[in-house]
Amino acid sequence: MEDERSFSDICGGRLALQRRYYSPSCREFCLSCPRLSLRSLTAVTCTVWLAAYGLFTLCENSMILSAAIFITLLGLLGYLHFVKIDQETLLIIDSLGIQMTSSYASGKESTTFIEMDKVKDIVINEAIYMQKVIYYLCILLKDPVEPHGISQVVPIFQSAKPRLDCLIEVYRSCQEILAHQKATSTSP
Amino acid sequence: MVLKAFFPTCCVSVDSGLLVGRWVPEHSSAVVLAVLHFPFIPIQVKQLLAQVRQASQVGVAVLGTWCHCRQEPEESLGRFLEGLGAVFPHEPWLQLCRERGGTFWSCEVTRRQAPDAPSAPGEDQVMLIFYDQRQLLLSQLHPPTVLPDRQAGATPASTGGLAAVFDTVARSEVLFRSDRFDEGPVRLSHWQSEGVEASILAELARRASGPVCLLLASLLSLVSAVGACRVFKLWPLSFVGSKLSTCEQLRHRLEHLTLIFSTRKAENSAQLMRKANTVASVLLDVALGLTLLSWLHGRSRIGHLADALVPVADHVAEELQHLLQWLMGAPAGLKMNRALDQVLGRFFLYHIHLWISYIHLMSPFVEHILWHVGLSACLGLTVALSLLSDIIALLTFHIYCFYVYGARLYCLKIHGLSSLWRLFRGKKWNVLRQRVDSCSYDLDQLFIGTLLFTILLFLLPTTALYYLVFTLLRLLVVAVQGLIHLLVDLINSLPLYSLGLRLCRPYRLAAGVKFRVLQHEAGRPLRLLMQINPLPYSRVMHTYRLPSCGCHPKDSWGALCRKLFFGELIYPWRQRGDKQD
Repeated sequence: MEDERSFSDICGGRLALQRRYYSPSCREFCLSCPRLSLRSLTAVTCTVWLAAYGLFTLCENSMILSAAIFITLLGLLGYLHFVKIDQETLLIIDSLGIQMTSSYASGKESTTFIEMDKVKDIVINEAIYMQKVIYYLCILLKDPVEPHGISQVVPIFQSAKPRLDCLIEVYRSCQEILAHQKATSTSP
Repeated sequence: MVLKAFFPTCCVSVDSGLLVGRWVPEHSSAVVLAVLHFPFIPIQVKQLLAQVRQASQVGVAVLGTWCHCRQEPEESLGRFLEGLGAVFPHEPWLQLCRERGGTFWSCEVTRRQAPDAPSAPGEDQVMLIFYDQRQLLLSQLHPPTVLPDRQAGATPASTGGLAAVFDTVARSEVLFRSDRFDEGPVRLSHWQSEGVEASILAELARRASGPVCLLLASLLSLVSAVGACRVFKLWPLSFVGSKLSTCEQLRHRLEHLTLIFSTRKAENSAQLMRKANTVASVLLDVALGLTLLSWLHGRSRIGHLADALVPVADHVAEELQHLLQWLMGAPAGLKMNRALDQVLGRFFLYHIHLWISYIHLMSPFVEHILWHVGLSACLGLTVALSLLSDIIALLTFHIYCFYVYGARLYCLKIHGLSSLWRLFRGKKWNVLRQRVDSCSYDLDQLFIGTLLFTILLFLLPTTALYYLVFTLLRLLVVAVQGLIHLLVDLINSLPLYSLGLRLCRPYRLAAGVKFRVLQHEAGRPLRLLMQINPLPYSRVMHTYRLPSCGCHPKDSWGALCRKLFFGELIYPWRQRGDKQD
């Protein structure tokens, strides 16, 4: 079962949440971030090239222009490969674990998998981010030494930063699976 | 809990048979290692499994049946497969079935005994997880780094479900030894059933490495015995040996070579990786050194270098003389004390004159020395760089001497000033109590003390200026030496083999796993593909870094500034094991 809804992130950009229910024990949430806009790309390129041309008129050295072109190209490639995240996916599988994937604009994918034994709970937490107070979804990991302690807090959807309404949807679905997992894990 | 069945991708299209593997009850997972085909004799199957269990210490058993047939299985086949459950009792009994050419699987779990818990699971849900057996066998799981605030002796976390799967596959190698060309009593299908992989070169290297290692290890022990003999422990040689970074680097490399050619087998994978990284580092070093050697000895570059060296040393000495003349005048508009200025200036000028004479005395031998030094590059680029650093230290020895004179003078002055300042205020340093106490001085003590204090105070700018200039020069030389040491350290500690492995065979170094949901149909069990998530490069560097020489600056920036202010001598590259001055 698959459906798609549109939400907004904390800055007002449009996000698309795709939910896939593969089975009662396996669900996937895919959040697509707004794409790289042509306007901002053109603005940055024009600024860099105008600055390079200004330096060229001062120094009369044509290496500056080639250097500016190289810098723009390398900067764009680096931005697409290391910074710009296109899509963030959360896959939750009952009694196996939780997997978070970030796909970058250049196609690179970075995946983290947390086993269900280590997961204590999934909660919505508040944080102060610059001048705003935002909500974010995070996974609490169990502490091996202390049974009631938390060893680490892993935030989800860090670069998409959706608003509370989207987080509540994801939170409810995840809690259904976690509740089912807790119920079956206590029985032998 | 959902039952997880780990199924190897190599067995997806094999004929029907029995599933052989391990059942992990804590995580409710069945790890299928191989498929045993019909026809078989149950006694022989049980014997084989007992042998494998004893050899590998893994609880291998028959987990269920695998059916790969043209259409839906007939009734009789179904009952036959269920009947096998009585011959090989296992709890729970898995029955996997796949249509030939179809994508979807069906899976049934039967539990014989009635469950004890009152909340009986109505029907066991099954999840099929496909894994690549060869990759899982060869890979090594790197658990996430322990947080620094945990003690080392804390209770270790129970092995997660995935670590158990990796462990099971890795330890069951003995099951994968037979292939389909063997004339054994049973026919197994696994990743090596098409033929066991081997390489002739690897086998030859393994046979040859025994005697070669023995020979080289004995040679190296001879060299280290010579190096450890009593002559080198006597005072002049041991002092010189500890100060020269070349000796340190040679010792380091000797240690590496002893490790590589030691006849002891590596016990675990970490030691094996360390050996491999050391081999790669030594090879890279020697290759770069030979490149440097060929570049130096071609087109008589050594001659050009030697010809340029003495004029450069002369030029440096001339610049120092100009600097001292400038200091003896009115540097930067400051008015110095003429007498002290002249004394210090003439003292340092005489030193430079001596130095230039020595350089001119050595100039006919420079080319020969450089030629032999260039030959040392065949031992490795790191040795050549350490030699360069030592040569720079020797050539700027006069700057070091000036720095020491200036620092000692300044240090004495500062101590004198602080002590007389205390006298001026009527206080005294109490050595017993290690604090400042008030003290009543006589009039003549106060008079002489104040006089001396004034003299030292007015001579302070001159001494401070000389100290400042020579400290800056010394710091410049130390910075150049530091850069060379950094480069040597980089070549010494870079884990090339691990980086190459991560680049070319990323599945060998695993940080974890990742799952992908395969095509799913309602009513059928969920199918997932498990792939290896390779270790990021930063963690590869961090985990497999070779230990370096340990020649890092011991002082923090704050301590360094404090030492400079009080005129204490700084030794940034103090080697390990040096006695404190």
